[in-house]
Amino acid sequence: MSPTAHFNRPARLLHWTMAGLILAMLFIGVAMVTSLAHYQALVALHRPLGIGILVLAVLRLANRWRHPPPDLPADLPGWQRQAARASHILLYGLMLGLPLIGWAMLSAAGYPIGLAGALVLPPILPRDPGLYAWLRPLHTVLAYALFGLILAHLGAALMHGLIRRDGVFASMALRLTPSRSR
Amino acid sequence: MSILNDLTGADPGLTPRAVLLRLGAIGGLVAGTAGAFAAVGGWLSPGALDQAQIVDRFERVNGPHPGFRRNHAKGLCLAGRFESSGRGARLSKASLFGAGQVTPVTGRIALAGGQPYAADAATTVRSLALRFHLPDGEEWRTGNNDIPVFPVRTPEAFYEQLLAAKPDPGTGKPNPDALKAFFAGHPESAKAAALIKARTITAGFADDTFRSLNAFRFVARDGTETPVRWAFVPDQAATAESAAQSARADKNFLFDAFASAVRRAPVRWHLVATLGERGDPTADATLAWPTDRATVDLGSVVVTATEAEADGNCRDVNFDPLVLPAGIVGSDDPLLSARSAAYSQSFARRAGEPKTPSAVHDTPASGAGL
Repeated sequence: MSPTAHFNRPARLLHWTMAGLILAMLFIGVAMVTSLAHYQALVALHRPLGIGILVLAVLRLANRWRHPPPDLPADLPGWQRQAARASHILLYGLMLGLPLIGWAMLSAAGYPIGLAGALVLPPILPRDPGLYAWLRPLHTVLAYALFGLILAHLGAALMHGLIRRDGVFASMALRLTPSRSR
Repeated sequence: MSILNDLTGADPGLTPRAVLLRLGAIGGLVAGTAGAFAAVGGWLSPGALDQAQIVDRFERVNGPHPGFRRNHAKGLCLAGRFESSGRGARLSKASLFGAGQVTPVTGRIALAGGQPYAADAATTVRSLALRFHLPDGEEWRTGNNDIPVFPVRTPEAFYEQLLAAKPDPGTGKPNPDALKAFFAGHPESAKAAALIKARTITAGFADDTFRSLNAFRFVARDGTETPVRWAFVPDQAATAESAAQSARADKNFLFDAFASAVRRAPVRWHLVATLGERGDPTADATLAWPTDRATVDLGSVVVTATEAEADGNCRDVNFDPLVLPAGIVGSDDPLLSARSAAYSQSFARRAGEPKTPSAVHDTPASGAGL
């Protein structure tokens, strides 16, 4: 493994853009379900943002498939290696799954899923209140799970960057000047 | 090397003290993010009114009625169409207002309150909820009441009023002291209640006028916005409710009369928009607008069929007042967002509950003995 191995530029751009969007999305979501005064404004942000994240997650997965990420350091303990692998599978699963469940549950509830202006997404499930009653809490539980995973991911990334200083954090860091192509 | 350095796999260049400091910073950042999430989610401010509390209070005041709406629980589904007059096209770009446009409509008439089996009573507030099915998946959903103004200005006042107006189990009437205390704290509601009490009560749903109460804004093609409130004004002349009707023993006389009327001939309402002017209150539904404001007849809602609530029809629709087509947007009225939020909470709860048939069966009241 080369010590300067890093994610390709699209991967890094997508990572940090989505980090901001997903954190914003989770904060909007948790505020939305309690707020009365800002409910409508938050819902109006939540829907298009969710679809945006879904699109970016698909692009990111495609890029990752074509440009595999750099290897983890050879001296990383096996359990940390496995935890990293499992948490990334879960992160990708939730990045794709949460917007799809949101879209599906609004379809089951029979809501028009307006994104902006007159643009309305087609339903992806038949109207079924029983299904909605099942998907709606699932959306919440999985969103909390994603937030927990992101906290763990943040903690682990900072451990690599500040304590182990093993190049893992740097492999995803955004440089202000374009990196030299190798 | 310290145990800490070994455990964390720290860079040998870091002293144990530096590792400890850095661990503290990481822990602080992660805990701070979690704390911010909790704060935004309302966990750190338990006193603030949220959407679940509003629906909880409906359940507390009315008792549990699983499967039914927490408010306007007793209702009947309807279907028909909207025939545009074309006169709204200059005010709103919503496609249903175009000249000659005919838009399918479904909806629901209902009585206010959370008791699905309450007997119809002339003085109970009546509502007309409609869902306009526009092309390309767009919808306009609107809930309207037959009162001149809304009794409260804010969601917080609504929450207080719900409890103050709770019928005493002994007398069946609200505790007068509780109501008095509420009105003392909300003079705007006392004024609104007087207007509501003084309204003309008509014979039934078909000759009643239903109002949006909240203000909205129409958005024209060129971006011009006009504050509006709308009303569904009956085509037929209103007749005052008679003493004989009030004395009827039939528990569903209002719904049965409407179903019979629709069976005889379509029931029509004109959708009339009142155009607000500068200074007209858009954020206070307890205040009526001046009576000389311009109005525009946008077209007619024609109801051609009724149907008892059942799987998949109006029973399973959330008439969220902020489901709007492009060309109509909400105003700064704080009740709109709160209604949207509370309806969503009520809908999510009842969606998963077992269903029992509505009290309104949509059979002719004078039908042959079955």
